[in-house]
Amino acid sequence: MQQVAIAPQVNNAHIEVCDLTAAYGDYIVQQYLNFSIQRGDIFIIMGGSGCGKSTILRHLIGLQEPAKGEVFINQVNFSHAPHNQQEQIKRSFGVLFQSGALFSAMTVAENIALPLSEYSILSKSDIRDVVDYKLALVGLAGCADLYPAEISGGMRKRAALARAMALDPEILFFDEPSAGLDPVSSRRLDELILELNASLGTTIVVVTHELASIFAIGNNSIFLDAEAKTMIASGNPRQLKNECPDERVRAFLNRGEL
Amino acid sequence: METTTAVNTSAWSYELLPQEPDTLQMRLAGDWRLQSGIPHVETLVSQIDSSPKLQSLNFDSQQLNSWDTALVVFLRNFIHNIQARGIHADLSGLPAGVQRLLNLAETAPSRGRDDEMFEKDSLLNHVGETTLEFWYGAPKALNFIGDCGIALFNTLRGRVRFRRVDLGLLLQGAGPQALPIVSLISFLVGLILAYMGAAQLAMFGAQIYIADLVGIGMVREIGALMTGVIIAGRTGAAYAAEIGTMQVNEEIDALKTFGISPIDFLVVPRLLALVLMIPLLTLYADLVGILAGLAVAVTIFDISAFEYYVQTLRTMEMSHVLVGLSKAVVYGICIAIASCLRGIQCGRSSAAVGQATTSAVVTSIVFIVITASIMTIIYQKLGI
Repeated sequence: MQQVAIAPQVNNAHIEVCDLTAAYGDYIVQQYLNFSIQRGDIFIIMGGSGCGKSTILRHLIGLQEPAKGEVFINQVNFSHAPHNQQEQIKRSFGVLFQSGALFSAMTVAENIALPLSEYSILSKSDIRDVVDYKLALVGLAGCADLYPAEISGGMRKRAALARAMALDPEILFFDEPSAGLDPVSSRRLDELILELNASLGTTIVVVTHELASIFAIGNNSIFLDAEAKTMIASGNPRQLKNECPDERVRAFLNRGEL
Repeated sequence: METTTAVNTSAWSYELLPQEPDTLQMRLAGDWRLQSGIPHVETLVSQIDSSPKLQSLNFDSQQLNSWDTALVVFLRNFIHNIQARGIHADLSGLPAGVQRLLNLAETAPSRGRDDEMFEKDSLLNHVGETTLEFWYGAPKALNFIGDCGIALFNTLRGRVRFRRVDLGLLLQGAGPQALPIVSLISFLVGLILAYMGAAQLAMFGAQIYIADLVGIGMVREIGALMTGVIIAGRTGAAYAAEIGTMQVNEEIDALKTFGISPIDFLVVPRLLALVLMIPLLTLYADLVGILAGLAVAVTIFDISAFEYYVQTLRTMEMSHVLVGLSKAVVYGICIAIASCLRGIQCGRSSAAVGQATTSAVVTSIVFIVITASIMTIIYQKLGI
C-alpha cells in the first residue's frame, strides 16, 4: 500500500475516518481506511466501478454501520454515538443521492420545503422564499409545482441538490453527481459546488469517477481499489495524476494512457 | 429623513441610516441564521416608499457576525423590491460570498401567490375531474379487457409470449403459498356456518341436516367467495403493486420498446395463474369447511362422524361442485383483470402505487360480490 501523503493528525478535521472496515456480512468491501477531511475541503472519493465508493459514503452518512473502525464528525464518534446524538449530527448533513431520490409523491417545491418545515422555525411564507431562492440557485425557477416524474433526469438531480442544501448543511455529500448529466450541466454543477464551498464554507465530499469533475473541484482525495480492498493513494488529484508512484492510480487519472 | 430605523432581535439586526439626501445605508449586524427566522421586507419597503427622493442604497456589513441562506433570501427579496422602484442597490458593502450567491440566483423571486403551494382543489373541480376520469376510464378498461381476451386466445392457440418460469413462480405464489390463510379462514367460516345453522336446526331436532347446510353452503357459495376475497387481498394487491412499481421504473416502457406487449408478458401469466389456482384452492377450502362442520357436529351436537359422512355424500351432487368451481374461475378472471389493469394504469410516483393497490383490491372485491350475486340468481333460475 503506497500513499503519496498521509494527512497529518490535525485536530480540527471535520470528518475523521479511523481504521474503517466496510463489509456485507463476511464479504469485505474495503478495509484499513484512514483519512481525514478538513473543514472547507472538497474531498473526492474515487476509484473504479465496484470498488465500494458508494458503500464508504453510506458509512460516512450513517446509513451503514462499520464492521470495524470509527467515523468521527467534528471530533465526535459518529459511528458509535447514541441514537439521539447521531440524529443531531445527521442534521448537519446534506446528501445528494445518485438518482436524486426525490419523493415522487411531492412536487419539487414540497420536496425542498420538507426539511425546512421539519427542522426550522420558519413560517410558511419564509419557507416559500427559501425554496424559491434555492430553486433559482440551481437554475430551476419555475419548476416548483412540477412533480419529479414530469422533469428530466438532470433537472431531478438539480432539484435533489436544492433539497440537500435546503438547511445550509455544514457537510454536503454527493454520490456520483455528474452521472447522467450532459457535459455542460455537469460543469455547471461543478461550478455550483465550488461556489457553495467558497461562499458558505461548506465541506464537500464527492464520490465520483468523472475525471473532469475530479480535477475541476477536488483539492484532496483518496483512491480506492477493488482488488487491494483498501485505499492505494491519497492527496490532491492534480498532483496524483503525474506524481503518484502507484501505476493503477496514474492509469486511472490519465484514462489508461501512460 | 431624520429618523433611522433599527430592528433588533437576539440574533440578527439591521438598521437604515440616511447618508446623503438621496442615499440610504443598510447596516447589517449579528447572526443571520435560518434557525432564527428571516425578517420580513414589507415594513422595510413601506419605509422606502415614504422617502420618494431616494436614489441609491448601499450596505455595511462590518458588524455582521455570521450568515447563511437567511441573509441571502432576505436581501434577494429586498433588493428586488427596491430595484423595482428604480433605486440603485450597491452591493459592494456585502460579504463577497453573499454577492456571489445573489448573482448565482439570476431569476427574480416569484411572490404573491400566497398559499397556492398547498392549495386543494375545490369540490366542484373534484367532482368534474372524477366524472371525466370515469368517462374516459371506462372505454380504456373495456379496451384492456378486450386485449386480455385476444392475448389469452393467442396463448391458448400456442403463441406463448411470456417466460414459463414466471408462470411457475406465479402459480406457486398464488396457490400453495396461500394454503395456510385459506385453511384458517375456511375452517373458521365452516365452523361458524355449522354452529349457527345447528342452533336453528336443533329446534326441530334436525341437527343431522348440518351436513347438508355446511356441505352445500361451502361448495356452492362460501368456499369460492372466501377464497376469492382472500386472493384479492393477498395476490391481487401484490400484482397491482408489482406492475405499478414496474410502471414507475419505466420497466413497462422497456418491454414495449422490445416489441413485447405487457399484456402478453405480464397479464396473461397472472390471469392463467389465478384461473388455475383459485378453483383448486376453492376445492381445498370446501373440504376444510366441511371438516369444520364435522368437528362441530361431532363435538357439540353428538352426531357420529359416520352419520355426517353419509349425510354429506347423500346431498352432494357433482353439479354443486361445478357451480362452485365455475364461480371460482370467474372470480379469478375478475381479480387478475382488476389488479393488472390498476397496475398498468399506475402513475409515476410512490403514492400512485399505493392508490393502484388499494383500488385493485376494492375493484376485485366489488366485482367478486357482483358476479357472485348475478351467478347465484342465474343458477337458481336455471334450476342448477
